[in-house]
Amino acid sequence: MRLARDVVRGEEERKLRDISGEEVRSCYQCGKCSAGCAMTSMMDLLPHQVIRLVQLGQVEEALASRTIWLCASCLACSARCPRGVSLPNVMESLRVTMLRPGGRHIDPARLPADVLENAPEQALVAGLRKYS
Amino acid sequence: MFVCWCGLNIGGVVDVPRVVEEISGCPGVARAVDYRYMCSDPGQQLIRDIIREERLDSVVIAACSPGMHESTFQSVAESAGVNPYRCEIANIREQCSWPHQNEPLEATRKAVELIRAAVEKVRGDEALSALSIPVTRRALVIGAGIAGMQAALDIADAGHEVVLVDRLPHIGGHMAQLSETFPTLDCSQCILTPKTSEVGRHPGIRLLTSSEVESVSGYVGNFTVKIRRRATYVNWDLCTGCGLCTEKCPSRTPSAFERGLAEEPAISIAFPQAVPHKPVIRPEACRHFTKGKCGVCEKVCPVGAIDFGQQDSLIEEKVGAIVVATGYDLHPKAKVGEYGYGVYPDVIDGLEFERLNSASGPTQGQIRRPSDGKVPKEVVFIQCVGSRDQENGYPYCSKICCMYTAKHARLYKHKVPDGQPYVFYMDIRAGGKGYEEFVQHATEEEGVLYLRGRVARVFQDGEHVVVFGVDTLSGKKVEIRADMVVLATAIVPASGAKELARVLKTATDEYGFFSEAHPKLRPVESLTRGIYIAGCAQAPKDIPDTVTQAGSSAAKVLTLFSAPRLSHSPTVAAVDEEICTGCGICVEACAYEARALDTRRHVAVVNDVLCEGCGACAVACPNGATRQRNMARSQAMAMIDAVMG
Ligand SMILES: Cc1cc2nc3c(=O)[nH]c(=O)nc-3n(C[C@H](O)[C@H](O)[C@H](O)COP(=O)(O)OP(=O)(O)OC[C@H]3O[C@@H](n4cnc5c(N)ncnc54)[C@H](O)[C@@H]3O)c2cc1C
Ligand code: SF4
Ligand code: SF4
Ligand code: SF4
Repeated sequence: MRLARDVVRGEEERKLRDISGEEVRSCYQCGKCSAGCAMTSMMDLLPHQVIRLVQLGQVEEALASRTIWLCASCLACSARCPRGVSLPNVMESLRVTMLRPGGRHIDPARLPADVLENAPEQALVAGLRKYS
Repeated sequence: MFVCWCGLNIGGVVDVPRVVEEISGCPGVARAVDYRYMCSDPGQQLIRDIIREERLDSVVIAACSPGMHESTFQSVAESAGVNPYRCEIANIREQCSWPHQNEPLEATRKAVELIRAAVEKVRGDEALSALSIPVTRRALVIGAGIAGMQAALDIADAGHEVVLVDRLPHIGGHMAQLSETFPTLDCSQCILTPKTSEVGRHPGIRLLTSSEVESVSGYVGNFTVKIRRRATYVNWDLCTGCGLCTEKCPSRTPSAFERGLAEEPAISIAFPQAVPHKPVIRPEACRHFTKGKCGVCEKVCPVGAIDFGQQDSLIEEKVGAIVVATGYDLHPKAKVGEYGYGVYPDVIDGLEFERLNSASGPTQGQIRRPSDGKVPKEVVFIQCVGSRDQENGYPYCSKICCMYTAKHARLYKHKVPDGQPYVFYMDIRAGGKGYEEFVQHATEEEGVLYLRGRVARVFQDGEHVVVFGVDTLSGKKVEIRADMVVLATAIVPASGAKELARVLKTATDEYGFFSEAHPKLRPVESLTRGIYIAGCAQAPKDIPDTVTQAGSSAAKVLTLFSAPRLSHSPTVAAVDEEICTGCGICVEACAYEARALDTRRHVAVVNDVLCEGCGACAVACPNGATRQRNMARSQAMAMIDAVMG
């Protein structure tokens, strides 16, 4: 990993900051957020690792992570964070960065029929708003 | 005979009632009693009451080590009319219950034996009275950094004269080199100069700069010190400090104060606020001394103060107490051997960074790198260089570099807002009032990027210094093409500290930091009575801790000076002059230089005040002429008999 000031404080990192309104530099990598997250068994990166990547300006790598899509925005992490970092906001900013240029994480037209039939409507609406 | 349970410390292992029973029958024992805590007020009262009831003339206390409570019990005995030197301690805690926790029967047997031996000893003890020695109420302070200055001011303000010695031409120590100071970022010179000028004009402080302590003799309250004042080649009594000589001198030499980042004339005053504000000539750089011609300074000096013929002078001072405040150095360049330090010009250490950031420094406070004067935009700070590294440096933590590195990174950001500071660290040790907040401010508000890991390699590539490190938090290797690298090198004792300790007959640790008498309870007393320690001479520490310790050492000196006379234990060696042949073997045996030969009478004599009562001489004497007071041969034999049963 090559670090330089245009990487650490690069354009992508600035955009994330604008969208999320969060200063990830506050995070001191204690890991409490990850320790309390209910989704970690399915994540490829732990939530605090996503934050670390953003701190290092490694936004591409954060964007490529499954974690940002698995985050349920339950706020269990931010409620516990001793440094006042709202991880769900950061996760959202990462998702939005992917979705804005037209990218979709979920294509409603391609959802399997049994999901469309069995999933609660509330979940479908929320999911489509969040992922497409 | 009193046996203490020390709660369960003794009583949990040693069968105390049984000990009392066995000792009760011993010859000479009027009574044996036990109590849960003998050192408590009721315990002490019990001892007093029984001494009076039984009209005792000596007592044995079986309890913890004499180091803990001998003096407590001695004064209890004395208050009830028993001579304190006829009070003996049998240590049945450190020597019985603690080491033999799993063998209670054996521990009990050993306790009985030790007590029997102590009873035998006390039967032979003479009633002695403490030796009384006078005290010279003047102090010597070695090193005039912030530690030495503070100690000197506190002692002098209390009305006692102080001789303050520093080997540099000016006072202030390293604090004079710092730019701004954590955690408040106030300018170092601004908080230092009120102290330096107060020291400079204090009527109670005799300031000897360019000076070093050459020898010390005597003992607490009565030291004689020889100080060598090195020639400065300028008569400071005449010199007005106008600085004309320093302007005209044609010779240039790297400035030690600027840590080689700038040059200075061969005759110079290190920095504008220096106290004393007088120049010195460095003969190794001066043309008069190296080439035999020049003398420009002599010609321009309006008061004729230049004195090429000046010699070192030896000054003798009598003092009662000594404070050692010789401070620290940074792990020297040559020894780092890593990171291109001393090879690449843009790899510098913390003090060099301080000079770059100082308004009176070589760049007038602009952050410009040494090689080409460019403003560095990518700066890497590396912590723990030589610290916490038992293989290539020292195993200890230098304690202050986490904080000053955070400070440096922040100061750099203030001067170069578009630059990026990186800090490679292992842990951030910010345990002080406001310190954690200071470091968090660096990351949160000022964008200092902390990378957790040690750097493996630093090498020059074109105009960049490339740094290979790792960030163990993300598990990634890191490469930074930096413009400048700042190393937080280990704090080591000032050069010559071990030699000075030898002169003072006190001790240092293996690195050369002066040893304190007790790491927790006597942190400013050295292992030698009358010698105290302050500041980084003892261990790495920041300014607030240094000032605290300096004040504390001054308080110890003042306590010493407040006694009309000092007392010394009378259990010292004595010579039977009838038997002594004057062979001198005892003189060799004494580690405290307490013995000498009286060449006229041809007998050995003891300086009671220097004698520590160790008994080495008594053992060495082939004629049995030397005796240890209250440890006569007959006493020792009786004790052995008591133990052997
Ligand atoms: C890069 C750096 C930045 C720092 N920044 C800060 C900061 O921001 N805030 C803070 O609180 N602390 C800071 N410190 C720590 C601070 O420098 C020390 O706490 C303080 O200087 C210790 O003072 P001292 O008097 O014990 O030692 P010193 O300042 O080293 O003074 C010792 C004096 O003794 C003299 N001496 C040495 N040996 C002899 C001898 N044999 N005979 C006669 N004289 C002798 C020396 O010439 C010197 O004048 C920093 C340290 C470094 C390295
Ligand atoms: S809990 Fe907060 S400070 Fe701790 S790792 Fe998570 S985001 Fe960082
Ligand atoms: S004599 Fe030495 S100190 Fe004086 S001006 Fe010449 S070089 Fe400088
Ligand atoms: S104070 Fe910090 S940088 Fe210095 S040695 Fe200790 S841990 Fe390392």
